Amino acid sequence: MTDAPALAVSDLHVHLGESHVLQGITFAVSRGRVTALLGRNGVGKTTTLRALLGLVPRSRGHVSLGEEDVTKLRTHEIVRRGIGYVPEDRDVFAGLTVEENLRLAERGGAGRYELVYELFPELRERGGQKAGTLSGGQQQMVAIGRALLNENALLLVDEPTKGLAPFLVSEVAAALERAAGLATILLVEQNLGVVQRVAEDVVVLDGGRVVHEGGAKELFAQPERVRQLLGVHGGAA
Amino acid sequence: MTTFVLLTITGLGLGAMYFLVASGLSLIYGLMGVLNFAHGAFITFGAYAGWWISTKVGGSVEGQLLVGAAFAMLVGAVLAAVVELVFIRPLYRRPVEQVLVTVGLALALGALVYGIWGADAKFYPVPDWMLDTTTILGANIPNDRFVEIAVAAVVLVGLISLLRFTRIGLVIRAGVENRAMVTALGIDVRKTFTFVFALGGAVAALAGVLSGVYFGTVDPTRGTTLLIFAFIVVVIGGFGSIGGSAVAAVAVGLVQQYANYYAADWLDWSGAGDVAVMLLLASVLLLRPEGLAPKVAH
Amino acid sequence: MRLRSFLVPLALLAVLVVVPFLSVDLPRILPGPLDSPGTLQLLALCLVFAGVALSYDILFGFTGLLSFGHALYFALGVYIPAIALTKWEWSLPAALGLLAVVAILVPLVLGAVSLRVSGIAFAMVTLAFAQAGNVVVQTNPRGLTGGDEGFSLNFDPLPDFLVGVVNTKNLYWLALGYAAAVFVVARLAIGSSTGHIWRAIRDNERRVEVIGLRPYPYKLISFVLASFLAAWGGLMWLLLIGVTPEVTTATLTLTLLVMVVLGGAGARFGAMLGGFFYTLLDYRLRSLSGEERIQDLPDVLRIPLSEPLFLLGALFIAVVFFVPGGLASLPARVRQLTQRRRAREATP
Repeated sequence: MTDAPALAVSDLHVHLGESHVLQGITFAVSRGRVTALLGRNGVGKTTTLRALLGLVPRSRGHVSLGEEDVTKLRTHEIVRRGIGYVPEDRDVFAGLTVEENLRLAERGGAGRYELVYELFPELRERGGQKAGTLSGGQQQMVAIGRALLNENALLLVDEPTKGLAPFLVSEVAAALERAAGLATILLVEQNLGVVQRVAEDVVVLDGGRVVHEGGAKELFAQPERVRQLLGVHGGAA
Repeated sequence: MTTFVLLTITGLGLGAMYFLVASGLSLIYGLMGVLNFAHGAFITFGAYAGWWISTKVGGSVEGQLLVGAAFAMLVGAVLAAVVELVFIRPLYRRPVEQVLVTVGLALALGALVYGIWGADAKFYPVPDWMLDTTTILGANIPNDRFVEIAVAAVVLVGLISLLRFTRIGLVIRAGVENRAMVTALGIDVRKTFTFVFALGGAVAALAGVLSGVYFGTVDPTRGTTLLIFAFIVVVIGGFGSIGGSAVAAVAVGLVQQYANYYAADWLDWSGAGDVAVMLLLASVLLLRPEGLAPKVAH
Repeated sequence: MRLRSFLVPLALLAVLVVVPFLSVDLPRILPGPLDSPGTLQLLALCLVFAGVALSYDILFGFTGLLSFGHALYFALGVYIPAIALTKWEWSLPAALGLLAVVAILVPLVLGAVSLRVSGIAFAMVTLAFAQAGNVVVQTNPRGLTGGDEGFSLNFDPLPDFLVGVVNTKNLYWLALGYAAAVFVVARLAIGSSTGHIWRAIRDNERRVEVIGLRPYPYKLISFVLASFLAAWGGLMWLLLIGVTPEVTTATLTLTLLVMVVLGGAGARFGAMLGGFFYTLLDYRLRSLSGEERIQDLPDVLRIPLSEPLFLLGALFIAVVFFVPGGLASLPARVRQLTQRRRAREATP
């Protein structure tokens, strides 16, 4: 078992159009832990995740998964190293059925369907339904289920509770807890209640850089610091 | 009435060819965002390949045509795959340049055809029974029309089955909707691009062979002529939609035939059909800019 | 309008004006000495396409509208005056007046329709309209267009100094005048506030809407202006060559696109350079392909080399791959390369 972090990002720079969005991001995600990526709106959290996967071009910097430097690899190659991605806005395929959405995520013709249906029984019931007709919460289940289908060692989860009703938020948080036992998670989340419930470590972005890295409990024990970094009180947003 | 029947079946025959070309174009644009002007070259090369084989192979005319069609589809697939790998793939993140390259290829390959086979039309091997007519509702329909319609129907079913029941069809449908997410699921979408291009090329080549049967000849302008109508069908039918292409192809074929005939009397002019199709395109676009179907492959 | 920015164009104009008086020979490039009718006709054609390419650049390079039907308006300039003068026996001023009206009304109507959609759909609609024009010409309604073969222009209404081989140099100057006029009009239009909005539309249409402007009228103005300018180029073609249905083909619009990209879309002189040199290259390749040493080559080499369009298409592809900014961007690229090398040598 290697000591290398599950994910290490070093000096990551991203330019979107004329804007220098990420100006040298460096952080690491420890194996088997849940790390929350926090920061004010628009600071570049989603961009960071997308840049990790190569969905957005990087001007400079390195990305490593464990011992391997994956900077030069293409998106699908990086993902095949064992990453499950749950994008902001879910990005389920509206014209495909629920079952097809899941099947698409299969690698090597197999998947942990039992696990997914156990977490989200509704997906089994609605297998033949076109994903475009699902509610937001149901689509979120598809998106998360997709990421859990394979035995991914790393999950990149982007705002999974965005726009969901409170009881769904709770369901998603529970699913994340379950997933945390199976994989390393890097979680972008605005809902600090969820963050406090599942996250062990935090990385805070501001002005295109990392301004804080450390334990979640320690950070949330200082509401003033939380407010300073994130502009909100240390509670559910 | 008999004229109407003849016009209808002829329109369907033309529509069959338009559909074959449009289906490939539609998938290519829907999945890759590439407007492939070189598609006309696949048609023309396919048509000539079919003709060339028939000059080399003996036996029955049907046999020559069958072998010709098979050979043409192979040529079309290989040509398209080479084009995609060598010219389109390297320009992956540069969509404008991709279109420009297909324009350059259209010009270059088109000129190559002139150079190799000359500008004069060549006679196509058409079996006698296809030249014969069958009487339907009093109208004498040349039998080749039925062949074209049958082939198009088979391809239509084949394509829809491919999309619905195979893994690569699943990838294509998803890719038409959201290419980036497909790669984020660990799928190498570029291999699918080459496949779709090759498939489009094969089907376009088949259309070329059928056009040889329909018109009885093949000449260097065949690809361009069919291509423009195919573009219209794709826009009307919706990008990425096979079903939409089929419906639009039928509409375009029929409108062209009806307008050409009925307006010819009235306006003393035989070009009305083609113009009518252009007007059809313009009207559809004004009412529904995204075509008849939303951007989903089905 | 600073005078200095006009210095280079003015100098170029001065040189070009003097050309018909020079007895200079450029053997490999031109068919005869500069003052010979054959060469002057060729150069006139090059100048015409410099102008037409620039007109297309207004649309494509500056406003970002990829039209596949620009040839239609060029064709209007060929056919409308030809029909008016020959089939209807109108006087020259009347024919020109008709062209002016048609060259505004037709793009106004067709543009108003086409611009309701954008992107690929727009490209397709423009292609469709142009193809409709092709069909109209080919099917020869009421014998007006001469179909496949065209027809001969009735030269009677034309002033004497434009007719006859000996007056080719006058046609040359007329073509030069056309190119110069297009240049000035384009410059003024692009430099105006409307022109700024064109470029904003090209770069980011959404941003234009955000600041409260509707792109549609500006796009329409660009469309009509570009088409109007192209139509007068068509008139030049009519005078230099005659009535030929090839001007209505999609190939011509694609060729215009090639010219603009070759020269550099959206760059000052780019399109004009592209139009001029493409036409010259096309001619040169055509005459080259007829030469014995090409005809003697084995088929594999002979066939591609005998087809100018193949070589030009291949050249175009090479430019798209390796020099996307076209000829006009070459100086900047060379500068960039030398700068980068200097920078690399400077830093440890």
